Amino acid sequence: MKMTGAPKLYQTMKFKRNVKNGFILLILLAGSAALLTPLWWMISTSLKSPEEIAQFPPTFIPEKFHFSNYIKAWSTGPFTRWALNSVFLAVVTTIGSVLINSLVAYGFAKLKFKGRNIWFVIVLATMLLPGFVTMVPQYMLFSKLGWVNTYLPLIVPSFLGSAFFIFLLRQFMMTIPNEFIEAAVMDGASHLRIWWHIMLPLTKPALITVAIFSFNGSWNDLLGPLLYLNDESMYTIQLGLQTFKGSVQTQWNYLMAMSVMILLPTVLIFFIFQRFFIEGSNLSSGTKG
Amino acid sequence: MQQQSARERLLHGINDRGTNVSGNSAAMNNQAVSKTHMKTKKAKSKTFKENLIGYGFISPWLIGFFFLTAGPLVFSLIVSFSDYNITSKMHFTGLDNYKRMFTADDLFWTSLWNTIYFVVFSVPLTTAGAIFVAVLLNTKIKGMKIFRTIYYLPAVLSGVAVYFLWMQLLSPGTGLVNLVLSWFGVDGPAWLFDPSWTKPALIIMKLWSVGGGMLLYLASLQGVPESLYEAADLDGANMFQKFFHITLPMITPIIFFDIITSTIGAFQVFQEAYVMSKDGDGGPAHSLLFYNLHMWNNAFEVFDMGYASAMAWILFIIIMILTLINLKFGKRWVHYEGGDNK
Repeated sequence: MKMTGAPKLYQTMKFKRNVKNGFILLILLAGSAALLTPLWWMISTSLKSPEEIAQFPPTFIPEKFHFSNYIKAWSTGPFTRWALNSVFLAVVTTIGSVLINSLVAYGFAKLKFKGRNIWFVIVLATMLLPGFVTMVPQYMLFSKLGWVNTYLPLIVPSFLGSAFFIFLLRQFMMTIPNEFIEAAVMDGASHLRIWWHIMLPLTKPALITVAIFSFNGSWNDLLGPLLYLNDESMYTIQLGLQTFKGSVQTQWNYLMAMSVMILLPTVLIFFIFQRFFIEGSNLSSGTKG
Repeated sequence: MQQQSARERLLHGINDRGTNVSGNSAAMNNQAVSKTHMKTKKAKSKTFKENLIGYGFISPWLIGFFFLTAGPLVFSLIVSFSDYNITSKMHFTGLDNYKRMFTADDLFWTSLWNTIYFVVFSVPLTTAGAIFVAVLLNTKIKGMKIFRTIYYLPAVLSGVAVYFLWMQLLSPGTGLVNLVLSWFGVDGPAWLFDPSWTKPALIIMKLWSVGGGMLLYLASLQGVPESLYEAADLDGANMFQKFFHITLPMITPIIFFDIITSTIGAFQVFQEAYVMSKDGDGGPAHSLLFYNLHMWNNAFEVFDMGYASAMAWILFIIIMILTLINLKFGKRWVHYEGGDNK
């Protein structure tokens, strides 16, 4: 490399970086367009008339906005009922997940007992176990218990801990100094009280992450309801949407209108709690230290 | 999405597992050893109490583990050697289910082939895509936060609505994908209606939500020390050299876990195929009949629990073997910063 003096070298490097960043910006913009257009397409299709959907080439912006598609689609089935069922299940399973998993995580993070490390390795191992392998025998178990066509198979497991959430919360709790707990133990507080009064408030960000994930997981779950629910009045919104497909065939405006409405809660949660999604993953890179 | 953060935490968890021993109780134990008999007894009851409390706290998970995981696993192994169909008594039929699977059930092989096809293409593509996007999003440009949100958004969306959306996007006549292809003079395929294009269609859909994996890589990219890049700059390394000699080796642990967990995930592809083919019939020419869909149909359409359990165990064994292979070969290419390959 020729010696051209410091300022000039600096200038060329800055220039190079600008070119590079400009190039990256272009790729990112193109990628954003590719990722967002499907969503725009969904909204646009949901507002079109059937005739406009059928025409070629398709239009990006509807000629006329048929907002009534939303009302018509919603009234083709007991969607309000199904939505309420889903909300009920999502709320109950979220409460179960947050409480039980943090309780178990507290045990693994802050209590000393025989066999703790072995059990924790088993927790990790179950995360690698394919869920489908236990699905068939679980169904046999729940059907023997007479739980098919009740909400119990969808609710009870969320009160028995999930390896992923236990792991997430345990990692978070490890970052909280033991002195807090020891001081409380000295004062004669039971671990249950310490968990409730000290650990839960201190781990709030992680608990919110767990709450979001389990709410979304329950709201979007098709497999569980498909397997265990038979009565139409008990359907969840996902199962309702799946059966809705059969009744309206290829009326894409209705299908898209329903899809928009059903994705809306997830999108809202994402934008309100975005911090917890993104920070959740930063947290672990921080602990890597 | 959950899975992805799980992987990362799994990674760190293994490193610091068991390092947290309460100083308080350790001191108590030491005391117990050195002091009188009376005190030893007292310490013993103390340990007993500690164990009791500890197991009390983890008991919900323990119950779940025995009743929803370990128990069912063992039971399904037993059932796999029988003709159990829930209503009938169980008759043991030896290896019949397994024999039928390997010799008489053509759809078993079709479903296995479809699944392997999906795994082989979707796992490397989504992994490479996630790394690529993460590297771009790790650049210091104004407004990067907005880009991160945009790229992550599709990963948040899931469930039946997303499958419907893609059925519309991929619809041969009026869908967006073929419209865009037509701008480039490409006559788009019939996607979900053409047996040779159904699986690529699903893989394209998977690539749309590559942002979930991206987040995982982004977090680990931010942990790569800046000094490494500065040193490389001084040596006159270009962008690609820096990527292949610094960035990539530094994030191999994450790639490793991503590959293991997404392979397991991809082997279980089910909902997409169930929703996007007519009521789970597996699409045109059974091209979307994945392993789990075939298992599902055997278990919950014809209630052949014995056969479905046998299929579940074969899947379990396949995944175990693949994970072990991954773990074995992982040692060769995964770079751990500590250097002591733990």
